[in-house]
Amino acid sequence: MSQNKVQSEPIQNPRVTWEGCSVLLDVNNGDRLLFARLSPGATLKIGNKNCSLHPLVGCPFGSLFQVENKKEGPNLCRFVPSTEDNHVQEKGDCPIKKETKDNRAIIDNNKAQSLSGEDIDAMRRHGATGDEIVEALIANSATFEKKTSFSQEKYRLRKQKKYAPRVLLRRPTSFSICEAYFKKYPIRIGFMREDTLSLLLSMANVTANSDVLVVDMVGGILTGSVAERLGGSGYVCNTYLGSTPPPMDIMRMFNLNYETCMRVVRCSLNDLCSVHNGIFEQFDQHEDSSNAESQTSQTTVSETTIPSVSKSCKPPKAGENASEKLLKLWKENGFSSLIIAAPELDAWSLVKDLLPVLSYSAPFAIYHQCLEPLATCMHNMQLGKMAIGLQISEPWLREYQVLPSRTHPCMQMSAFGGYILSGTRIHSNLFSSE
Amino acid sequence: MLVDPTKGISLTRCIRVGDLVVAYERHDTMKAVKVCDSLVLQNRFGVFKHLDWIGNPFGTKVFSKKGRFVYILAPTPELWTLVLSQRTQILYIADISFVIMYLEIVPGCLVFESGTGIGSLTTSLSRAVAPTGHVCTFDFHEQRVASAREDFERVGVSHLITVGVRVQGEGFPDEFSGRAHSVFLDLSQPWLAIPLAGKMLKPDGILCSFSPCIEQVQRSCETLRSSFTGLVEVLLSTYEVREEKINCFQGYEGGSLVCPPCKKKQRPSEGSNVQKNLCSPVVMARPSGEDRDHTGYMTFARLRCL
Repeated sequence: MSQNKVQSEPIQNPRVTWEGCSVLLDVNNGDRLLFARLSPGATLKIGNKNCSLHPLVGCPFGSLFQVENKKEGPNLCRFVPSTEDNHVQEKGDCPIKKETKDNRAIIDNNKAQSLSGEDIDAMRRHGATGDEIVEALIANSATFEKKTSFSQEKYRLRKQKKYAPRVLLRRPTSFSICEAYFKKYPIRIGFMREDTLSLLLSMANVTANSDVLVVDMVGGILTGSVAERLGGSGYVCNTYLGSTPPPMDIMRMFNLNYETCMRVVRCSLNDLCSVHNGIFEQFDQHEDSSNAESQTSQTTVSETTIPSVSKSCKPPKAGENASEKLLKLWKENGFSSLIIAAPELDAWSLVKDLLPVLSYSAPFAIYHQCLEPLATCMHNMQLGKMAIGLQISEPWLREYQVLPSRTHPCMQMSAFGGYILSGTRIHSNLFSSE
Repeated sequence: MLVDPTKGISLTRCIRVGDLVVAYERHDTMKAVKVCDSLVLQNRFGVFKHLDWIGNPFGTKVFSKKGRFVYILAPTPELWTLVLSQRTQILYIADISFVIMYLEIVPGCLVFESGTGIGSLTTSLSRAVAPTGHVCTFDFHEQRVASAREDFERVGVSHLITVGVRVQGEGFPDEFSGRAHSVFLDLSQPWLAIPLAGKMLKPDGILCSFSPCIEQVQRSCETLRSSFTGLVEVLLSTYEVREEKINCFQGYEGGSLVCPPCKKKQRPSEGSNVQKNLCSPVVMARPSGEDRDHTGYMTFARLRCL
C-alpha cells in the first residue's frame, strides 16, 4: 500500500479542541446534553455552581472530566476511568455469580443514610473528592449490603452523578448534533431522527464535488450535514420561499472550516427559478441574510449562557448570497441532487418548481413528518412522468442495552422518524431506437 | 463514479463509450452495463443497442424494437447497492447510511473494513471519504478480493480503495496503527478481530461490528467492555401510493356509514333509500408488502482517550 495516497487528517474537524470552538457536552452519560462554545470566560452550570470551561481547551474530543471540589470552587478536571470502573460488565471476568439477595427486607423510609447534608458539606470544605464522598455515603448506608448487586450499582451511580458528576467532551458532528436535538428539542429539527438524516444524505448521493440544492427549514442541521459531507468542495445552495431566509443557527455548531463555509450559499426560490427560466433580474442583496450568521443568539439546547463571542472566536461566516457566476453555472449544469426538509411546506409545490433545476439522472430526497403530502407529491410526479425509482420509506430504529443477563431493547423506542420520498429525475425526451 | 475533482459534477455530460451506466427496468430490476458501441443489452423488454445511447444525456429513456423501454442512469452508490443486491445478501441502504453517519466519515478520513464481501458498503465508504481519504478493505477469500478489485475499477473508485487479503485472527497492517478514524467489521467471529481493530484506531475513533445474531453481539460486547457505546438495529419500511375512488354510502337515517363526507351533493335517486355516491379520487398510501426484515445488529464502540 503506498503511504502517500493514504491521508490521515480530514480537511476539517480536528480531533483536539481550540479556543472558540463549538463542543457538545454530555453530563452524566446522557442525562444532560448541551452545546457550548469554548470562548474565554465560558462556564457550565452543574447543580447550583458554575464551572469554568477553560480546562477543556486543548483537550482531545472524547476526553472525560469530573467535577472536583477545590478551594476556589468546583473545577472540571481531566479524568481517565480505570478499567475496573464504571460498568458491572467489567466484573464479568469471573462467571456470573448467582444472585442470592433480593430487596424484600429493605424498607424505604429515608432513614438508611446516616451522613447528613452538613456532614457532606464539611467533607467538601476539607477537600474530599467526589469519589471519597460517594464511598463515605456507601459506608454509612445501613441498607447497602442488603441490596442486590444490580441495586448496589444503581445506588453508587446515583451518588456519583450527584457528588462527582462527569462531563464527556464530544465532537459536534451531524450525528451527535442530530441525536442531541432529537432527544432534547426535536421540534427544532422537525422531528428528524438521526437515521432519517443519514438516509437523506445517502439517497441524495451527497459527496465531494457535488452541487447540492437544499430546502432547509429544520434550523440549519441539514445544510450543515451536507456541508460536512462535501468537505470543502462543491457547493450547497440553500433555497427558501419568500424574501427572508429561515434561521441557520444549528449550522454554527458544526465547526466547519473557512473553505467549507464559503461553499454554503443561499438563494431565494424566486431568484433561482427566474435565473433558470432566463429572466435575468436584478436581485437585491439582502443585508439581513448575512447578519443572521453573526448574531450571538441563544442556540444551546439547555440553559448554559453563552457569553458574547469575541472577534477572534467568531466562526467563519456561511450563507452568503450565491453569486451570479454560480447561478449561471447551475443553470447550465443543473444541481447534482436535491434534499428538502420543510415540515411546514407542501412538498409538491416545492418539487414542481425545483425539479427542473436539477440535472438529469439527479437523485432527490424529500423529508416530511407526515405521509399524506409525500403521497400526493409522489402521485403527481408519477402522473407527470418526472422521475423514476419513486419510493416512500419510513425509517425504523431500535436501540438496545447490552449488559450481562440484562440485554434487551431500550425501554423507550422512538416511533417517530418521519417519511422520505426519494427518486431520480429523468430526461423527458423520448428517444427510440427505430 | 463522477467524483472527478477536475471536472466537478456535470450530469448533463452525455453518455460515452466506456461509461458504466445503470439500465433501469423497474425499482427492483436493474443492471450495471459498460457502454461499448458494438454491444447490446438484452432483457425481457427486447434488445437495446448501446450505440443508441451514446451521445444522449444520462436519464434518457431508450426503446427496444418491441416498443418497450428502460432508463439509462448515472451510477450512484445507492443504485450500485440495488444492482448488487440482486446477486446476494448484503448490507442495504438503511444500514449503510446509518453506519457512515455514526462512524463520522467525512472527506479525508481513513477507514478500515473487514470483510469486503461484495463491496456494497465499500463503495459507499469510498464516496464518503473522497477525494482525499482512503478505504482499506480486507477479505479472507482471495477470489472475492480479486472480484472486488475488478468491481471498484469498473465503478471508477479504485484510487480510493485498497483491497487486501486477511485471514481470521491475523492483524491489520502495522504501518497504519493508530491512524484510522473508523473501522467496520462484518465477520462471523468479530470478537477475534476487535482487539486487532482497536490497534488501528485513533483515540476517540469509532468501531462498528455488524452481526445478524444476538449471540455474536453479546460475545463482541464482552470484548468491547466499557468502550461500547451502543447497539442499534435499523430498517426501512416502504409505502405504495395509489389513487382510489372511494364509495360513499348514505344510510337510511342520512348519516354516512363508512368514509369522510362526500364532496358531491346528495342527489335523490329513483325510488331507492340507499344512496351510493363516488367521492372524488383520493391519493392513498399504505405499507407495501415487500419490506425487508432483519439484516443485522450494529454494535458501536469508541476507543478511549488517554
